Amino acid sequence: MSDKRISIDDVVDQLSDGMTIGIGGWGSRRKPMALVRAILRSSLTDLTLVSFGGPDVGLLCSAGKVSELVFGFVSLDSVPYDPWFARVRTEGAIKTREVDEGMVVAGLRAAAQRLPFLPIRAGLGSDVPTYYDGLKTVVSPYADGEELIAMPALKLDAALVHLNRADARGNAIYTGPDPYFDDLFCLAATKRFVSCEQIVETADLVAAAPPQAMLLNRMMVDGVIETPNGAHFTSCVPDYNRDEAFQKEYATAVGDVDAWAAFAARYLEGDEASYQAAIKTGATA
Amino acid sequence: MNDITRADVCAVAIADLFLTDGEILASPMGTMPMIGARLARLTTSPDLLISDGEAFLLAETPAIGASSPIEGWLPYRKVFDVVANGTRHVIMGANQIDRYGNQNISCFGPHDKPTRQMFGVRGGPGNTANHRTSYWVPKHSARVFVDAVDMVSGVGYDRAVGSAGKFHDVHRVVTNLAVLDFGGTDHAMRLVSVHPGVEVDEVVENTSFELDTSNVGITRLPTDEELRLLDVIDPKGFRGKEVPS
Repeated sequence: MSDKRISIDDVVDQLSDGMTIGIGGWGSRRKPMALVRAILRSSLTDLTLVSFGGPDVGLLCSAGKVSELVFGFVSLDSVPYDPWFARVRTEGAIKTREVDEGMVVAGLRAAAQRLPFLPIRAGLGSDVPTYYDGLKTVVSPYADGEELIAMPALKLDAALVHLNRADARGNAIYTGPDPYFDDLFCLAATKRFVSCEQIVETADLVAAAPPQAMLLNRMMVDGVIETPNGAHFTSCVPDYNRDEAFQKEYATAVGDVDAWAAFAARYLEGDEASYQAAIKTGATA
Repeated sequence: MNDITRADVCAVAIADLFLTDGEILASPMGTMPMIGARLARLTTSPDLLISDGEAFLLAETPAIGASSPIEGWLPYRKVFDVVANGTRHVIMGANQIDRYGNQNISCFGPHDKPTRQMFGVRGGPGNTANHRTSYWVPKHSARVFVDAVDMVSGVGYDRAVGSAGKFHDVHRVVTNLAVLDFGGTDHAMRLVSVHPGVEVDEVVENTSFELDTSNVGITRLPTDEELRLLDVIDPKGFRGKEVPS
């Protein structure tokens, strides 16, 4: 029985410059933020991200970690646009492969199934092919002869996802209403890391949710990291909602050089324990 | 009634977008579209399915922000199945829209270094390639109704050729001034009706491309029952904040 429990820093040690990293969750929902914060503190650079983008993308862009982004959107949900993402885009600082969000799903599914591509109607007629270097179409070999987008497999070097509960071997459940695409991210990746609110015994994991909520099994996972409140400030229902006040503090700070320096110094320069301590001291009021 | 507002007219115009849809998923993006979709379900389109904006389908039609019992589960992954299956009518916003219905919610300026970054194309390409799509523009202006959009997200009629056109169905655009469709020559945008109190010239002046104004009506007023329901759906008056009178 392999015990896959590792630390946040162990995850960073297994990543390297230039990797393509998929980040689970959706917008400002159930993002593996503790792992994102660890990457922020690391020397990692030149990363390509694949994400249904939220503050994970914004924060990694803030520290210059991202050289390329594969995305359909980046949004904080209750705040429409992520200001760090907007800033690096308007500075022309990152490359992008901008696609319909359904094309991200198709690309992950192709990678998960070890296919070179999957056909999809989304993208046809739009400007997605205009700005996606090398994106091709495929013609149906059947009588319909339809020409469809051939969404290339989005193969990931590593996947980072955050779930509500896991066991030490890598089985993991979501106890909120939406699995998002965390299983696809893991299946598309070479190295699969699952952070969670709490690591529990397998029997307790099984008892904690209906069987349909058992999203990840241990053959899809290489490392399990217990990070309580580790999705903060994104939502991780039913354990906690999004911290709207903190999200607003983040979004507001980006607009001002001094305010951002203070925000980064207060929250992002220490380790995860000091982050969790800092957000509890009422600075968000 | 004397106290009918422009916002009430807009909400009813949005509700009317769903008139022929039957039993499909209504996906209204934003508050006014949400109000309109809920009004439709309480009046002319009772078979519509409506989500809570997260992962559930609502069994009842509650006020904006209120909870309801559920009748189904629709996490994001299943929404993509619905999109591809075509049983959906989405109402999206538009930072830019052109004469043939090409829409932009991605960015302004050159794509490699935009002057302004918004969401990204989101589901615009997939929505317009797969099922009926309408747009809601709360402030009709020549900055939104442009000659050419910077990043085609939702696909318009001139680009909906081949497979892109197989299920393409951009239905209507509702704004704070008017209702428009694509019934002009070559599916060009056409002014269907101006809201009561709006002159055709005001719409033309706020549209940078040439608009077909050959047959313009007046957008209908809400009925007494619709006004009553609007206050039930939107007791806090969000619609009046989006479209001030």
